[in-house]
Amino acid sequence: MKNIKHLVVGLLFGIILVKSEVISWFRIQEMFRLQAFHMYGVIGSAILVAMISILLIKRFQIKTIDRQTVVIPDKTFHWGNVYGGLIFGLGWAITGACPGPLFAQIGSGFMVITVTLLSAVAGTWFYGLIKEKLPH
Amino acid sequence: MEYIKQPWPWYIAGPLIGLVVPALLLLGNKTFGISSSLRHICAACIPANINFFKYDWKKESWNLFFALGIILGGFIATDLLSVPGNVHINPATANLLRQQGVKDFTGLLPKDIFSFTQLFTLRGFVFIVVGGFLVGFGTRYAGGCTSGHAIMGISSLQWPSLVATCCFMIGGFIMTWLILPFLLQL
Repeated sequence: MKNIKHLVVGLLFGIILVKSEVISWFRIQEMFRLQAFHMYGVIGSAILVAMISILLIKRFQIKTIDRQTVVIPDKTFHWGNVYGGLIFGLGWAITGACPGPLFAQIGSGFMVITVTLLSAVAGTWFYGLIKEKLPH
Repeated sequence: MEYIKQPWPWYIAGPLIGLVVPALLLLGNKTFGISSSLRHICAACIPANINFFKYDWKKESWNLFFALGIILGGFIATDLLSVPGNVHINPATANLLRQQGVKDFTGLLPKDIFSFTQLFTLRGFVFIVVGGFLVGFGTRYAGGCTSGHAIMGISSLQWPSLVATCCFMIGGFIMTWLILPFLLQL
């Protein structure tokens, strides 16, 4: 099945998230208190390696395994980037986890985080419900 | 093997996370992002005739497989590739959190906040339920999270993602410095 490869990439990503302690609530507290370089190092070097990879893909016109041209859709600015970003930041510092780590924490055995994940799904659903009324 | 079982330093983990971006692009032209999975779950399970959830989520189901993989990876890393122990955070952070009311430092998360017994206390409810709601609402409103905006967006030179990432950090600083000390006392 063609989605198995995505499951495998997710699995490897989940292992890295746990092994680097990125899913730790304590690491996020440390990051927002500017008392350690760890999280900044992880995110910064991830961005750098991803950026170089994308430049190489574009420069040498590397195709996907199905011989397709790699397409990265452009993001257009809307004020949700700001308002939503601030709201997510508030939540991130409380839960100590963004969506990826929420999944990894559940796998790690913190079953109570399934409640956090369900609540995040509810938050996403509520956004869909009131989207038209929000400034964008 | 002993080396793998120790926590990995940032200069190993960060570049590996960065490689997820070209891996997804080259395996199937997919852009790295996780918060979309929450939207797909809504579209699949509770669309409720809301326009935002009227789309063919099955076309995006790779994202749900990716998320499922993260759960499995979390399980494997914790049960097979780790030795139990404290997270070695800066002692200054630990002392501060101790003063603010955190007692358990034995795992990745403080169990005196994140557990089923705490869920029905005011503090537990705020950290487990309200926090999750803000994460789900905020990421969708912002159009992405740390993976979709901070890593995928910035690395592909999209300035709206840089704006969003700065706002993630500002929101986090406001919470950590101004509000969290009170929430921890609840």
